[in-house]
Amino acid sequence: MIGVEHYIIVGTILFVLGVLGIFLNRKNVIVILMAIELILLAVNINLVAFSAFLNDLAGQIFAMFVLTVAAAEAAIGLAILVIYFRGRGTIAVDDVDRLKG
Amino acid sequence: MDFGLSFYLAGAEIGLAAAALLLLLVTAWGGQRAARLVTIISVAALVGATAFTAAVMNNGAGLAQTEAFFGLYRLDTFAGFAKLLIYVSTIACLIVTPRYFERRGIYRGEYAVLMLFNAVGMGMMVSAVDLMTLYIGLELSSLSSYVLASFARNDMRSAEAGLKYFVLGALASGILLYGMSLVYGFTGNTSYAGIRAALTGELGTGALFGVVFVLAGLAFKVSAVPFHMWTPDVYEGAPTPVTTFFASAPKIAAVAVLARMTLYAFGEQLFGWQQIVVFAALASIVVGALGAIGQESLKRVLAYSSINNVGFLLIGLATGTPAGASAMLTYLVIYAAMTIGSFVALLMLTDDDGVPLSTFADIAGLAGTKPALAWCILLLMFSLAGIPPLFGFWAKFVVFQAAVQADLVALAAIGIAASVIGAFYYIKFVKVMFFDAPAGAEATRHVARSPAAHWAVLVIATLFISPLGFLLTPWLGAWSNQAAVSLFTLA
Repeated sequence: MIGVEHYIIVGTILFVLGVLGIFLNRKNVIVILMAIELILLAVNINLVAFSAFLNDLAGQIFAMFVLTVAAAEAAIGLAILVIYFRGRGTIAVDDVDRLKG
Repeated sequence: MDFGLSFYLAGAEIGLAAAALLLLLVTAWGGQRAARLVTIISVAALVGATAFTAAVMNNGAGLAQTEAFFGLYRLDTFAGFAKLLIYVSTIACLIVTPRYFERRGIYRGEYAVLMLFNAVGMGMMVSAVDLMTLYIGLELSSLSSYVLASFARNDMRSAEAGLKYFVLGALASGILLYGMSLVYGFTGNTSYAGIRAALTGELGTGALFGVVFVLAGLAFKVSAVPFHMWTPDVYEGAPTPVTTFFASAPKIAAVAVLARMTLYAFGEQLFGWQQIVVFAALASIVVGALGAIGQESLKRVLAYSSINNVGFLLIGLATGTPAGASAMLTYLVIYAAMTIGSFVALLMLTDDDGVPLSTFADIAGLAGTKPALAWCILLLMFSLAGIPPLFGFWAKFVVFQAAVQADLVALAAIGIAASVIGAFYYIKFVKVMFFDAPAGAEATRHVARSPAAHWAVLVIATLFISPLGFLLTPWLGAWSNQAAVSLFTLA
Protein backbone atom coordinates (compact mmCIF):
# COMPACT_ATOMS: atom_id res chain seq x y z
CA MET A 1 0.00 0.00 0.00
CA ILE A 2 1.43 3.34 -1.01
CA GLY A 3 0.77 6.03 1.59
CA VAL A 4 1.46 9.73 1.78
CA GLU A 5 4.90 9.11 3.32
CA HIS A 6 6.13 7.47 0.11
CA TYR A 7 5.22 10.57 -1.86
CA ILE A 8 6.98 12.72 0.69
CA ILE A 9 10.11 10.58 0.39
CA VAL A 10 10.07 10.91 -3.42
CA GLY A 11 9.56 14.66 -3.02
CA THR A 12 12.47 14.90 -0.59
CA ILE A 13 14.78 12.93 -2.88
CA LEU A 14 13.90 15.16 -5.83
CA PHE A 15 14.41 18.29 -3.72
CA VAL A 16 17.83 17.15 -2.54
CA LEU A 17 18.80 16.22 -6.10
CA GLY A 18 17.75 19.67 -7.27
CA VAL A 19 19.76 21.47 -4.59
CA LEU A 20 22.81 19.28 -5.22
CA GLY A 21 22.38 19.88 -8.94
CA ILE A 22 22.79 23.60 -8.37
CA PHE A 23 25.82 23.34 -6.11
CA LEU A 24 27.76 20.42 -7.58
CA ASN A 25 27.34 21.28 -11.24
CA ARG A 26 30.40 23.10 -12.58
CA LYS A 27 29.62 22.86 -16.25
CA ASN A 28 26.57 24.52 -17.60
CA VAL A 29 24.03 27.08 -16.47
CA ILE A 30 21.25 25.25 -18.33
CA VAL A 31 21.73 22.36 -15.91
CA ILE A 32 21.08 24.79 -13.07
CA LEU A 33 17.78 25.78 -14.68
CA MET A 34 16.87 22.10 -14.89
CA ALA A 35 17.78 21.63 -11.23
CA ILE A 36 15.49 24.54 -10.30
CA GLU A 37 12.65 22.86 -12.18
CA LEU A 38 13.40 19.69 -10.24
CA ILE A 39 12.99 21.55 -6.95
CA LEU A 40 9.66 22.99 -8.05
CA LEU A 41 8.57 19.53 -9.16
CA ALA A 42 9.39 18.17 -5.72
CA VAL A 43 7.25 20.90 -4.18
CA ASN A 44 4.35 20.05 -6.49
CA ILE A 45 4.51 16.38 -5.59
CA ASN A 46 4.46 17.34 -1.92
CA LEU A 47 1.54 19.70 -2.34
CA VAL A 48 -0.60 17.31 -4.34
CA ALA A 49 0.18 14.36 -2.05
CA PHE A 50 -0.69 16.36 1.06
CA SER A 51 -3.78 17.72 -0.64
CA ALA A 52 -5.06 14.21 -1.39
CA PHE A 53 -4.09 13.01 2.08
CA LEU A 54 -5.80 15.90 3.85
CA ASN A 55 -8.88 15.89 1.58
CA ASP A 56 -8.27 19.60 1.10
CA LEU A 57 -8.27 21.30 -2.30
CA ALA A 58 -5.96 24.17 -1.33
CA GLY A 59 -2.82 22.15 -2.03
CA GLN A 60 -3.81 21.40 -5.60
CA ILE A 61 -4.68 25.04 -6.27
CA PHE A 62 -1.30 25.98 -4.84
CA ALA A 63 0.32 23.47 -7.22
CA MET A 64 -1.39 25.23 -10.15
CA PHE A 65 0.10 28.54 -9.05
CA VAL A 66 3.52 26.95 -8.71
CA LEU A 67 3.29 25.52 -12.25
CA THR A 68 2.38 28.91 -13.69
CA VAL A 69 5.10 30.77 -11.86
CA ALA A 70 7.66 28.08 -12.76
CA ALA A 71 6.93 28.67 -16.44
CA ALA A 72 7.42 32.43 -16.05
CA GLU A 73 10.58 31.84 -14.06
CA ALA A 74 12.06 29.57 -16.73
CA ALA A 75 11.24 32.14 -19.43
CA ILE A 76 13.01 34.92 -17.55
CA GLY A 77 15.95 32.68 -16.67
CA LEU A 78 16.50 31.70 -20.28
CA ALA A 79 16.17 35.32 -21.42
CA ILE A 80 18.87 36.41 -18.98
CA LEU A 81 21.00 33.47 -20.10
CA VAL A 82 20.65 34.57 -23.73
CA ILE A 83 21.91 38.12 -23.06
CA TYR A 84 24.70 36.67 -20.95
CA PHE A 85 25.72 34.32 -23.76
CA ARG A 86 25.62 37.14 -26.32
CA GLY A 87 28.13 39.10 -24.32
CA ARG A 88 30.44 36.39 -23.10
CA GLY A 89 30.07 33.60 -25.65
CA THR A 90 30.02 30.97 -22.91
CA ILE A 91 27.60 29.68 -20.31
CA ALA A 92 30.03 27.55 -18.32
CA VAL A 93 29.46 28.00 -14.60
CA ASP A 94 33.17 28.42 -13.88
CA ASP A 95 33.31 31.42 -16.22
CA VAL A 96 30.68 33.36 -14.27
CA ASP A 97 33.35 35.10 -12.22
CA ARG A 98 33.63 38.73 -13.25
CA LEU A 99 32.16 39.86 -9.95
CA LYS A 100 34.04 38.91 -6.84
CA GLY A 101 36.06 40.32 -4.01
CA MET B 1 -17.73 38.43 2.41
CA ASP B 2 -18.19 41.78 0.80
CA PHE B 3 -16.37 42.03 -2.52
CA GLY B 4 -16.64 45.81 -2.58
CA LEU B 5 -14.69 45.99 0.65
CA SER B 6 -12.11 43.50 -0.68
CA PHE B 7 -11.48 45.60 -3.75
CA TYR B 8 -11.27 48.72 -1.60
CA LEU B 9 -8.65 47.13 0.66
CA ALA B 10 -6.61 45.89 -2.29
CA GLY B 11 -7.18 49.16 -4.18
CA ALA B 12 -3.55 50.27 -4.23
CA GLU B 13 -2.36 47.01 -5.80
CA ILE B 14 -5.22 46.87 -8.29
CA GLY B 15 -4.61 50.45 -9.39
CA LEU B 16 -0.86 49.90 -9.74
CA ALA B 17 -1.35 46.67 -11.69
CA ALA B 18 -3.79 48.37 -14.07
CA ALA B 19 -1.38 51.28 -14.56
CA ALA B 20 1.51 48.88 -15.20
CA LEU B 21 -0.42 46.87 -17.79
CA LEU B 22 -1.53 50.03 -19.58
CA LEU B 23 1.97 51.50 -19.59
CA LEU B 24 3.33 48.23 -20.95
CA LEU B 25 1.18 48.80 -24.03
CA VAL B 26 2.35 52.41 -24.26
CA THR B 27 6.00 51.33 -24.24
CA ALA B 28 5.30 48.56 -26.73
CA TRP B 29 4.03 51.13 -29.23
CA GLY B 30 5.93 54.23 -28.18
CA GLY B 31 9.35 52.59 -27.86
CA GLN B 32 12.24 54.59 -26.53
CA ARG B 33 10.55 57.92 -27.25
CA ALA B 34 7.86 57.22 -24.66
CA ALA B 35 10.34 56.33 -21.90
CA ARG B 36 10.20 59.71 -20.14
CA LEU B 37 6.43 59.89 -20.32
CA VAL B 38 6.04 56.35 -19.01
CA THR B 39 8.37 57.12 -16.11
CA ILE B 40 6.43 60.25 -15.18
CA ILE B 41 3.09 58.41 -15.29
CA SER B 42 4.59 55.56 -13.23
CA VAL B 43 5.74 57.98 -10.56
CA ALA B 44 2.26 59.53 -10.61
CA ALA B 45 0.69 56.07 -10.19
CA LEU B 46 2.96 55.34 -7.24
CA VAL B 47 2.13 58.70 -5.67
CA GLY B 48 -1.54 57.85 -6.15
CA ALA B 49 -1.06 54.46 -4.49
CA THR B 50 0.77 56.13 -1.59
CA ALA B 51 -2.01 58.68 -1.16
CA PHE B 52 -4.68 55.99 -1.35
CA THR B 53 -2.96 53.79 1.22
CA ALA B 54 -2.42 56.79 3.50
CA ALA B 55 -6.10 57.70 3.20
CA VAL B 56 -7.22 54.15 4.00
CA MET B 57 -4.82 54.09 6.97
CA ASN B 58 -6.05 57.46 8.14
CA ASN B 59 -9.59 56.24 8.65
CA GLY B 60 -8.14 52.85 9.59
CA ALA B 61 -9.73 53.05 13.02
CA GLY B 62 -13.08 52.98 11.27
CA LEU B 63 -12.23 49.86 9.29
CA ALA B 64 -14.40 47.19 10.86
CA GLN B 65 -12.70 44.56 8.76
CA THR B 66 -9.15 44.41 7.50
CA GLU B 67 -9.33 41.01 5.82
CA ALA B 68 -10.12 40.79 2.13
CA PHE B 69 -10.80 38.00 -0.35
CA PHE B 70 -11.83 35.33 2.16
CA GLY B 71 -8.80 35.76 4.39
CA LEU B 72 -6.15 35.75 1.66
CA TYR B 73 -5.21 39.37 2.05
CA ARG B 74 -5.08 41.89 4.86
CA LEU B 75 -4.59 45.61 5.02
CA ASP B 76 -3.89 46.30 8.69
CA THR B 77 -1.76 49.12 10.06
CA PHE B 78 1.34 46.96 9.71
CA ALA B 79 0.74 46.34 6.01
CA GLY B 80 -0.10 50.01 5.50
CA PHE B 81 3.09 51.07 7.25
CA ALA B 82 5.23 48.76 5.14
CA LYS B 83 3.43 49.72 1.94
CA LEU B 84 3.87 53.45 2.43
CA LEU B 85 7.56 52.90 3.06
CA ILE B 86 7.86 50.65 0.00
CA TYR B 87 6.02 53.05 -2.30
CA VAL B 88 8.00 56.08 -1.15
CA SER B 89 11.29 54.19 -1.58
CA THR B 90 10.23 53.05 -5.05
CA ILE B 91 9.35 56.60 -6.04
CA ALA B 92 12.74 57.83 -4.82
CA CYS B 93 14.51 55.07 -6.76
CA LEU B 94 12.48 55.71 -9.90
CA ILE B 95 13.10 59.45 -10.10
CA VAL B 96 16.88 59.10 -9.83
CA THR B 97 17.00 56.48 -12.58
CA PRO B 98 16.42 58.00 -16.05
CA ARG B 99 19.53 60.20 -16.16
CA TYR B 100 21.84 57.27 -15.43
CA PHE B 101 20.53 55.14 -18.28
CA GLU B 102 19.91 58.00 -20.70
CA ARG B 103 23.56 58.95 -20.51
CA ARG B 104 24.31 55.44 -21.78
CA GLY B 105 21.48 55.60 -24.33
CA ILE B 106 19.71 52.54 -22.95
CA TYR B 107 16.78 53.98 -21.06
CA ARG B 108 13.46 52.35 -21.89
CA GLY B 109 9.94 52.64 -20.55
CA GLU B 110 9.99 48.99 -19.52
CA TYR B 111 12.18 49.96 -16.61
CA ALA B 112 9.39 51.97 -15.00
CA VAL B 113 6.85 49.27 -15.82
CA LEU B 114 9.02 46.64 -14.11
CA MET B 115 9.30 48.89 -11.07
CA LEU B 116 5.50 49.15 -10.96
CA PHE B 117 5.08 45.37 -11.16
CA ASN B 118 7.69 45.06 -8.47
CA ALA B 119 5.71 47.48 -6.29
CA VAL B 120 2.52 45.46 -6.86
CA GLY B 121 4.32 42.28 -5.84
CA MET B 122 5.81 43.88 -2.74
CA GLY B 123 2.42 45.27 -1.73
CA MET B 124 0.91 41.80 -2.05
CA MET B 125 3.74 40.29 -0.01
CA VAL B 126 3.28 42.56 2.98
CA SER B 127 -0.50 42.18 2.87
CA ALA B 128 -0.43 38.41 2.46
CA VAL B 129 -1.97 36.35 5.25
CA ASP B 130 -2.01 33.18 3.21
CA LEU B 131 0.91 31.20 1.78
CA MET B 132 -0.50 31.41 -1.76
CA THR B 133 -0.85 35.20 -1.75
CA LEU B 134 2.63 35.44 -0.31
CA TYR B 135 4.10 33.20 -3.00
CA ILE B 136 2.49 35.07 -5.89
CA GLY B 137 3.51 38.45 -4.51
CA LEU B 138 7.04 37.31 -3.77
CA GLU B 139 7.53 35.86 -7.24
CA LEU B 140 6.06 38.91 -8.99
CA SER B 141 8.55 41.04 -7.12
CA SER B 142 11.49 38.65 -7.58
CA LEU B 143 10.95 38.00 -11.29
CA SER B 144 10.87 41.71 -12.09
CA SER B 145 13.96 42.19 -9.91
CA TYR B 146 15.91 39.63 -11.97
CA VAL B 147 15.16 41.57 -15.13
CA LEU B 148 16.02 44.89 -13.50
CA ALA B 149 19.41 43.55 -12.36
CA SER B 150 20.35 42.73 -15.95
CA PHE B 151 18.75 45.84 -17.42
CA ALA B 152 22.00 47.25 -18.80
CA ARG B 153 22.18 44.22 -21.03
CA ASN B 154 25.26 45.17 -23.00
CA ASP B 155 27.24 45.54 -19.80
CA MET B 156 28.60 42.12 -18.91
CA ARG B 157 28.68 42.88 -15.21
CA SER B 158 24.98 43.69 -15.23
CA ALA B 159 24.16 40.50 -17.15
CA GLU B 160 26.24 38.46 -14.75
CA ALA B 161 24.55 40.10 -11.76
CA GLY B 162 21.18 39.23 -13.28
CA LEU B 163 22.24 35.64 -13.84
CA LYS B 164 23.55 35.20 -10.31
CA TYR B 165 20.54 36.88 -8.78
CA PHE B 166 18.24 34.69 -10.84
CA VAL B 167 19.90 31.39 -9.91
CA LEU B 168 20.20 32.13 -6.20
CA GLY B 169 16.80 33.83 -6.04
CA ALA B 170 15.13 30.86 -7.72
CA LEU B 171 16.89 28.51 -5.30
CA ALA B 172 15.64 30.63 -2.39
CA SER B 173 12.10 30.54 -3.76
CA GLY B 174 12.40 26.77 -4.12
CA ILE B 175 13.55 26.36 -0.52
CA LEU B 176 10.79 28.67 0.72
CA LEU B 177 8.22 26.82 -1.33
CA TYR B 178 9.37 23.43 -0.08
CA GLY B 179 9.01 24.75 3.47
CA MET B 180 5.54 26.01 2.64
CA SER B 181 4.52 22.63 1.28
CA LEU B 182 5.68 20.95 4.50
CA VAL B 183 3.93 23.54 6.66
CA TYR B 184 0.78 23.04 4.63
CA GLY B 185 1.03 19.26 4.91
CA PHE B 186 1.63 19.16 8.65
CA THR B 187 -0.87 21.86 9.61
CA GLY B 188 -3.49 21.31 6.91
CA ASN B 189 -3.76 25.05 6.32
CA THR B 190 -2.36 27.65 3.98
CA SER B 191 -3.72 30.62 5.91
CA TYR B 192 -1.54 32.18 8.58
CA ALA B 193 -4.38 32.08 11.10
CA GLY B 194 -4.91 28.36 10.50
CA ILE B 195 -1.18 27.65 10.70
CA ARG B 196 -0.96 29.57 13.96
CA ALA B 197 -3.86 27.61 15.43
CA ALA B 198 -2.36 24.28 14.31
CA LEU B 199 1.19 24.99 15.47
CA THR B 200 0.62 24.93 19.22
CA GLY B 201 2.41 22.85 21.80
CA GLU B 202 5.28 20.59 20.85
CA LEU B 203 6.50 21.15 17.28
CA GLY B 204 6.58 17.90 15.26
CA THR B 205 9.59 16.98 13.10
CA GLY B 206 7.81 17.61 9.81
CA ALA B 207 6.44 20.99 10.86
CA LEU B 208 9.84 21.93 12.30
CA PHE B 209 11.48 21.21 8.94
CA GLY B 210 8.79 23.32 7.28
CA VAL B 211 9.42 26.25 9.61
CA VAL B 212 13.19 26.02 9.12
CA PHE B 213 12.91 25.90 5.32
CA VAL B 214 10.50 28.83 5.26
CA LEU B 215 12.84 30.87 7.44
CA ALA B 216 15.84 29.92 5.29
CA GLY B 217 14.04 30.98 2.13
CA LEU B 218 13.06 34.32 3.63
CA ALA B 219 16.57 34.82 5.06
CA PHE B 220 17.79 34.59 1.47
CA LYS B 221 15.42 37.36 0.43
CA VAL B 222 16.50 39.70 3.24
CA SER B 223 20.15 38.66 2.61
CA ALA B 224 20.78 37.55 6.18
CA VAL B 225 23.90 35.48 6.88
CA PRO B 226 24.35 32.54 6.07
CA PHE B 227 22.32 33.23 2.93
CA HIS B 228 23.98 36.51 2.00
CA MET B 229 26.61 35.46 -0.55
CA TRP B 230 24.69 36.81 -3.54
CA THR B 231 24.37 40.32 -2.10
CA PRO B 232 27.81 41.86 -2.74
CA ASP B 233 28.04 40.42 -6.28
CA VAL B 234 24.54 41.47 -7.32
CA TYR B 235 24.81 44.91 -5.73
CA GLU B 236 28.13 45.52 -7.43
CA GLY B 237 27.14 44.25 -10.86
CA ALA B 238 23.65 45.71 -11.15
CA PRO B 239 23.35 49.29 -12.44
CA THR B 240 23.57 51.70 -9.48
CA PRO B 241 19.92 52.90 -9.62
CA VAL B 242 18.83 49.26 -9.51
CA THR B 243 21.14 48.61 -6.57
CA THR B 244 19.59 51.59 -4.78
CA PHE B 245 16.24 49.95 -5.28
CA PHE B 246 17.36 46.44 -4.23
CA ALA B 247 18.83 47.74 -1.01
CA SER B 248 15.63 49.58 -0.08
CA ALA B 249 12.14 48.54 -1.16
CA PRO B 250 12.44 44.75 -1.73
CA LYS B 251 14.40 44.44 1.50
CA ILE B 252 11.70 46.33 3.41
CA ALA B 253 9.06 44.04 1.93
CA ALA B 254 11.04 40.89 2.76
CA VAL B 255 11.64 42.01 6.35
CA ALA B 256 7.93 42.77 6.71
CA VAL B 257 7.04 39.31 5.36
CA LEU B 258 9.54 37.70 7.72
CA ALA B 259 8.02 39.61 10.64
CA ARG B 260 4.47 38.62 9.80
CA MET B 261 5.48 35.02 9.21
CA THR B 262 7.40 34.60 12.47
CA LEU B 263 5.32 36.76 14.80
CA TYR B 264 1.90 35.85 13.46
CA ALA B 265 1.90 32.50 11.62
CA PHE B 266 4.59 30.92 13.85
CA GLY B 267 3.65 33.14 16.79
CA GLU B 268 2.96 30.22 19.13
CA GLN B 269 6.39 28.72 18.45
CA LEU B 270 8.58 31.58 19.63
CA PHE B 271 11.17 29.25 21.11
CA GLY B 272 11.29 27.24 17.90
CA TRP B 273 12.38 30.11 15.66
CA GLN B 274 13.92 32.52 18.13
CA GLN B 275 17.31 30.78 18.17
CA ILE B 276 17.41 30.74 14.38
CA VAL B 277 16.70 34.47 14.16
CA VAL B 278 19.20 35.26 16.94
CA PHE B 279 21.87 33.30 15.10
CA ALA B 280 21.09 35.00 11.78
CA ALA B 281 21.14 38.41 13.47
CA LEU B 282 24.52 37.87 15.11
CA ALA B 283 26.08 36.30 12.04
CA SER B 284 24.78 39.11 9.80
CA ILE B 285 26.12 41.82 12.08
CA VAL B 286 29.56 40.21 12.36
CA VAL B 287 29.91 39.23 8.69
CA GLY B 288 28.55 42.60 7.57
CA ALA B 289 31.09 44.40 9.75
CA LEU B 290 34.12 42.23 8.95
CA GLY B 291 33.40 41.50 5.29
CA ALA B 292 33.52 45.13 4.24
CA ILE B 293 36.92 45.85 5.72
CA GLY B 294 39.15 44.68 2.86
CA GLN B 295 36.86 45.93 0.08
CA GLU B 296 37.90 48.60 -2.39
CA SER B 297 34.64 48.88 -4.33
CA LEU B 298 32.25 51.39 -2.76
CA LYS B 299 29.18 49.42 -3.84
CA ARG B 300 30.51 46.24 -2.23
CA VAL B 301 31.15 48.13 1.00
CA LEU B 302 27.57 49.40 1.00
CA ALA B 303 26.34 45.87 0.22
CA TYR B 304 28.08 44.58 3.34
CA SER B 305 26.67 47.55 5.22
CA SER B 306 23.18 46.46 4.21
CA ILE B 307 23.90 42.90 5.44
CA ASN B 308 25.07 44.46 8.70
CA ASN B 309 21.86 46.50 8.97
CA VAL B 310 19.70 43.44 8.38
CA GLY B 311 21.36 41.96 11.47
CA PHE B 312 20.18 44.90 13.58
CA LEU B 313 16.68 44.58 12.13
CA LEU B 314 16.66 40.90 13.08
CA ILE B 315 17.62 41.78 16.68
CA GLY B 316 14.31 43.62 16.92
CA LEU B 317 12.53 40.64 15.43
CA ALA B 318 14.30 38.11 17.66
CA THR B 319 12.69 39.60 20.77
CA GLY B 320 9.31 38.36 19.60
CA THR B 321 7.57 41.17 21.49
CA PRO B 322 5.45 44.08 20.19
CA ALA B 323 8.13 46.46 21.50
CA GLY B 324 10.76 44.62 19.43
CA ALA B 325 8.62 44.66 16.31
CA SER B 326 7.99 48.37 16.81
CA ALA B 327 11.73 49.01 17.18
CA MET B 328 12.34 46.99 14.01
CA LEU B 329 9.86 49.13 12.06
CA THR B 330 11.45 52.35 13.31
CA TYR B 331 14.82 50.97 12.25
CA LEU B 332 13.39 50.06 8.86
CA VAL B 333 12.25 53.64 8.16
CA ILE B 334 15.61 55.13 9.13
CA TYR B 335 17.49 52.39 7.27
CA ALA B 336 15.53 53.15 4.09
CA ALA B 337 16.49 56.83 4.26
CA MET B 338 20.15 56.05 4.98
CA THR B 339 20.55 53.43 2.29
CA ILE B 340 18.74 55.39 -0.43
CA GLY B 341 20.76 58.47 0.48
CA SER B 342 24.10 56.69 0.35
CA PHE B 343 23.42 54.87 -2.91
CA VAL B 344 22.14 58.05 -4.56
CA ALA B 345 25.36 59.72 -3.44
CA LEU B 346 27.26 56.92 -5.24
CA LEU B 347 25.06 57.51 -8.26
CA MET B 348 26.11 61.16 -8.28
CA LEU B 349 29.79 60.21 -8.27
CA THR B 350 30.33 59.99 -12.01
CA ASP B 351 32.90 61.75 -14.11
CA ASP B 352 32.14 63.79 -17.22
CA ASP B 353 32.13 60.70 -19.44
CA GLY B 354 29.52 59.01 -17.28
CA VAL B 355 32.02 56.52 -15.85
CA PRO B 356 31.21 55.93 -12.18
CA LEU B 357 33.80 56.62 -9.49
CA SER B 358 33.64 53.21 -7.96
CA THR B 359 36.55 52.75 -5.57
CA PHE B 360 37.96 54.49 -2.51
CA ALA B 361 40.92 55.73 -4.57
CA ASP B 362 38.48 57.52 -6.90
CA ILE B 363 36.89 59.60 -4.16
CA ALA B 364 40.14 60.73 -2.52
CA GLY B 365 39.99 64.44 -1.86
CA LEU B 366 36.34 64.74 -2.84
CA ALA B 367 35.77 67.31 -0.10
CA GLY B 368 37.93 69.76 -2.03
CA THR B 369 36.11 69.46 -5.35
CA LYS B 370 32.54 68.70 -4.28
CA PRO B 371 32.15 69.88 -0.69
CA ALA B 372 28.32 69.66 -0.54
CA LEU B 373 28.29 66.07 -1.76
CA ALA B 374 31.15 65.12 0.56
CA TRP B 375 29.35 66.57 3.58
CA CYS B 376 26.14 64.71 2.71
CA ILE B 377 28.11 61.46 2.47
CA LEU B 378 29.79 62.26 5.78
CA LEU B 379 26.43 62.67 7.52
CA LEU B 380 25.05 59.50 5.94
CA MET B 381 28.10 57.44 6.90
CA PHE B 382 28.13 58.69 10.50
CA SER B 383 24.43 57.93 10.66
CA LEU B 384 24.96 54.39 9.32
CA ALA B 385 27.67 53.94 11.94
CA GLY B 386 25.11 54.95 14.57
CA ILE B 387 26.97 57.94 15.93
CA PRO B 388 24.85 60.43 17.89
CA PRO B 389 23.39 63.02 17.32
CA LEU B 390 22.45 61.60 13.93
CA PHE B 391 19.19 59.76 13.48
CA GLY B 392 20.88 56.41 12.77
CA PHE B 393 21.83 56.37 16.44
CA TRP B 394 18.17 56.44 17.43
CA ALA B 395 17.46 53.43 15.18
CA LYS B 396 20.13 51.33 16.88
CA PHE B 397 19.14 52.65 20.30
CA VAL B 398 15.50 51.54 20.10
CA VAL B 399 16.49 48.11 18.78
CA PHE B 400 19.02 47.53 21.59
CA GLN B 401 16.54 48.84 24.14
CA ALA B 402 13.93 46.32 22.97
CA ALA B 403 16.52 43.52 23.08
CA VAL B 404 17.55 44.39 26.65
CA GLN B 405 13.93 44.56 27.75
CA ALA B 406 13.37 41.08 26.29
CA ASP B 407 16.38 39.72 28.25
CA LEU B 408 18.54 39.35 25.16
CA VAL B 409 21.37 41.32 26.78
CA ALA B 410 24.14 39.23 25.22
CA LEU B 411 22.68 39.81 21.76
CA ALA B 412 22.56 43.56 22.33
CA ALA B 413 26.12 43.59 23.71
CA ILE B 414 27.56 41.73 20.72
CA GLY B 415 25.58 43.99 18.41
CA ILE B 416 27.06 47.10 19.98
CA ALA B 417 30.58 45.63 19.84
CA ALA B 418 30.19 44.74 16.16
CA SER B 419 28.80 48.16 15.30
CA VAL B 420 32.06 49.61 16.59
CA ILE B 421 33.94 47.39 14.13
CA GLY B 422 31.55 48.47 11.39
CA ALA B 423 32.27 52.10 12.15
CA PHE B 424 35.75 51.49 10.74
CA TYR B 425 34.69 51.39 7.12
CA TYR B 426 32.04 54.08 7.45
CA ILE B 427 34.68 56.40 8.81
CA LYS B 428 37.04 55.29 6.06
CA PHE B 429 34.76 57.10 3.62
CA VAL B 430 35.20 60.28 5.61
CA LYS B 431 38.94 59.85 5.98
CA VAL B 432 39.42 59.26 2.25
CA MET B 433 37.17 62.12 1.16
CA PHE B 434 38.44 64.74 3.59
CA PHE B 435 42.04 63.89 4.40
CA ASP B 436 43.53 61.95 1.48
CA ALA B 437 45.12 63.73 -1.41
CA PRO B 438 43.92 62.59 -4.83
CA ALA B 439 46.58 60.30 -6.26
CA GLY B 440 48.14 60.89 -9.69
CA ALA B 441 45.80 60.48 -12.63
CA GLU B 442 42.73 60.45 -10.39
CA ALA B 443 43.25 64.15 -9.79
CA THR B 444 42.12 64.90 -13.34
CA ARG B 445 38.81 63.08 -13.00
CA HIS B 446 36.20 65.71 -12.65
CA VAL B 447 32.93 64.84 -10.96
CA ALA B 448 30.10 65.73 -13.31
CA ARG B 449 27.22 68.00 -12.36
CA SER B 450 24.34 66.03 -10.92
CA PRO B 451 20.73 66.49 -12.02
CA ALA B 452 18.29 68.17 -9.66
CA ALA B 453 16.39 64.92 -9.00
CA HIS B 454 19.52 63.35 -7.48
CA TRP B 455 20.16 66.37 -5.29
CA ALA B 456 16.53 66.44 -4.17
CA VAL B 457 16.53 62.79 -3.06
CA LEU B 458 19.97 63.10 -1.45
CA VAL B 459 19.10 66.26 0.46
CA ILE B 460 15.76 64.90 1.72
CA ALA B 461 17.44 61.67 2.88
CA THR B 462 20.25 63.60 4.54
CA LEU B 463 17.85 65.96 6.30
CA PHE B 464 15.86 62.97 7.53
CA ILE B 465 18.89 61.31 9.10
CA SER B 466 20.33 64.59 10.41
CA PRO B 467 19.55 65.59 14.03
CA LEU B 468 16.39 67.21 12.63
CA GLY B 469 15.03 63.68 12.29
CA PHE B 470 14.64 63.51 16.06
CA LEU B 471 11.73 65.93 15.70
CA LEU B 472 9.88 63.02 14.07
CA THR B 473 10.51 60.50 16.85
CA PRO B 474 7.17 60.90 18.72
CA TRP B 475 5.24 60.49 15.50
CA LEU B 476 7.42 57.67 14.17
CA GLY B 477 7.35 55.84 17.50
CA ALA B 478 3.56 56.07 17.84
CA TRP B 479 3.06 54.87 14.31
CA SER B 480 5.52 51.97 14.66
CA ASN B 481 3.81 50.94 17.89
CA GLN B 482 0.42 50.96 16.25
CA ALA B 483 1.71 48.88 13.34
CA ALA B 484 3.44 46.41 15.68
CA VAL B 485 0.30 46.01 17.78
CA SER B 486 -1.78 45.30 14.67
CA LEU B 487 0.72 42.58 13.77
CA PHE B 488 -0.06 40.82 17.06
CA THR B 489 -3.81 41.27 16.76
CA LEU B 490 -5.52 38.08 15.77
CA ALA B 491 -8.27 38.35 13.22
